[in-house]
Amino acid sequence: MNRMFAIVEREMRKFFRSPVLMVMSMMLPVVQLIILGNAYGGHIRGARVALVDHDHGPQAVKIREAFDAIASNIRTFTTIDYPNEVQAREDVRTGKVEAAVIIPSQYSRRVYAQDAPRIGLVVDNSDQFMSSAIEAQMQSLVQALDQPAIQPRLVKNIALQIVELYPYVEYMKFLLAGTIALAMYISVMIGGGMLYIDDKARGVHEGYLVTPITKLELVMGLNIAGSIKAVLAGISLTVIGSLLSGLGTIFHPAALLQLFLLILGASIAFNGMMFLMMVRVDDPLVPRAIFGVLNTLLFFPSGAVFPIAAFPRWLRAVAIVDPFTYVVHGLQAVLLKDGGFAAIRFDLFFLFTFGIGTLLIATSLFKRTL
Amino acid sequence: MSASINHSGPNAAPAAIQVAQIVKRYGDFEAVKGISFAVDEGEIFGLLGPNGAGKSTLIRMMTTLVPITSGRAIVAGHDVSRDADAVRRLIGVIPQALTSDQDLTVEENLSIYAKLYSVPRVQREKNIAEVLEAVDLSKWRGAQTKTLSGGMRRRLEIARGLVHDPRIFFLDEPTTGLDPVSRIAVWEMLNNLKKTRNLTMLLTTHYMEEADRLCDRIAIVDHGTLVALGTPVELKQSVPGSNVVEVQFNREDPLWNARLEQLPDVTEVQSQSAGVYRVLTSNGSRTTTQLVEMASGLGESLNSLSVQNTSLDDVFVHYTGRQLRDEQVKAVTFLMPPRPGAQP
Repeated sequence: MNRMFAIVEREMRKFFRSPVLMVMSMMLPVVQLIILGNAYGGHIRGARVALVDHDHGPQAVKIREAFDAIASNIRTFTTIDYPNEVQAREDVRTGKVEAAVIIPSQYSRRVYAQDAPRIGLVVDNSDQFMSSAIEAQMQSLVQALDQPAIQPRLVKNIALQIVELYPYVEYMKFLLAGTIALAMYISVMIGGGMLYIDDKARGVHEGYLVTPITKLELVMGLNIAGSIKAVLAGISLTVIGSLLSGLGTIFHPAALLQLFLLILGASIAFNGMMFLMMVRVDDPLVPRAIFGVLNTLLFFPSGAVFPIAAFPRWLRAVAIVDPFTYVVHGLQAVLLKDGGFAAIRFDLFFLFTFGIGTLLIATSLFKRTL
Repeated sequence: MSASINHSGPNAAPAAIQVAQIVKRYGDFEAVKGISFAVDEGEIFGLLGPNGAGKSTLIRMMTTLVPITSGRAIVAGHDVSRDADAVRRLIGVIPQALTSDQDLTVEENLSIYAKLYSVPRVQREKNIAEVLEAVDLSKWRGAQTKTLSGGMRRRLEIARGLVHDPRIFFLDEPTTGLDPVSRIAVWEMLNNLKKTRNLTMLLTTHYMEEADRLCDRIAIVDHGTLVALGTPVELKQSVPGSNVVEVQFNREDPLWNARLEQLPDVTEVQSQSAGVYRVLTSNGSRTTTQLVEMASGLGESLNSLSVQNTSLDDVFVHYTGRQLRDEQVKAVTFLMPPRPGAQP
């Protein structure tokens, strides 16, 4: 045991003497949280919509008034008057405006005559996000226009009443779980994988191997140290990220315990996985080369940025074996939903089992000689 | 291959290291080809040879780092293959590269290694103080390793190898990369350690002078075989001719070699670059006189002339047919750039 703790002591002393690792493992996730969280999190505002009014009747005026209301309240878009439809369509195509609304001639008359009145909407569907937002806004506008002036005593339409369990979750808050997992992954890759192989290349391990340290003591020592570093990175990012995104969960003791267990499980799982991959590697270029590939392969299929339900079947299979998935699910359950132990039980089970399993395999593959 | 001179040490004490017909194969390549020798207690034993001769592989097999393909190595009374842990407890190893942690202090480096050998706390503190004194680094106990010079770092490595009080000390090229002053300081330190601690040391080197000044006995290794073994004096005496006359003629002539060989007392003539000839002779002063007379009779003048005793370099040439210096030049030419993260 003393020999194992000597390895842990060596790693931790080096870690605290060189804060660069800590800073580097936090830098990318924090920047990503701030940039992506703000970039994807907001509503569309200030889009330009061309308005071609061939009608100029009272019902067209009603539409214009609705547009003015949108422009001054929710501010999704403002309208610009266009004299002709061809020019408006061309400007949507070239990106001068984001969409065009066409009010055809005789529109008001058709409304009064209940003769299938139509409004045209031209959107640039190469930008799904923008076109969806404008379409949604126009749909609700048309729905409002469809409402009869005098409500019938018996409402025939079926209404969907939506109950949101949690307050509005901004994208930054949604992204936080993935960001914490990413910080721990980077810490494990740099503080574990890369340093491990660099030490091997420098001959440091040769120095260990001539001592009476056992294979298990050496592997455990390296992994305990790696896990401590990852836990520190995880805790730091949880605090920083929660403060940045305005989440107050970290101030609840029960949630703190759940978060700590998830971070500990994630650290052990990531370290086990990394050590299994690196146990027979000698070339310092290998961990550097696979760093980015592994990041993409583990982070994006985890549901950290996009729901797993939207993935094709093969990508869902990746998500099932990806430890990131369980870290992200667990952290989101605690940070956003206050789900309690019941919500993270399986995540914890998977992470600890995965971590211990990979470590046992790695230990059996570890070579006690050069 | 067995040694050409002898296998046993100068006294009858039990052998600290015994190696019998040891072989290391990597696929089809045989790095060590059946070497046998014994190192006595308290002896400094040198493995001398060029880069790639198999010295490091040999030392790695004896220190349990590399599995032995065939043959047997007994270190401190324990079989390296069967009882590796017992061997590890009794040996100290200084690898070729400087591997002490630069971010840690001198004391921390030593303390961590003492813990790896499970040295109890009180003993650990005592040992650290003693080895720091022995390598003259007591003043630098609290200094970060990155602030030390190359020579001091090498001394720290030596201290690290001694912190658990081993019986046998293995040093793989302990002075490679050091400047001449630091090199001499390390030699003096190793000599003192041998005297004060009664350590058995086995070191590898490709420096002739290092082997000559430090080692009680030397084994010359080349292409994975042991080509000669003996004390430095025995090895030098085994070479025909007790002196070397080094001469450079003003004008190069292919006939010089034959002319020099015909001089009385000359046992061997080695032609070197830039028209320099090394003439091995049993009588240096007489050969010098005759050589000058021969040159003057032919109307030739000499650029330089020197007489010296036979060196280990001559021994190496005698047994391997080429110079160690040439081997090193070749090896340096093919040195790979340092790996990322490698320490200077």
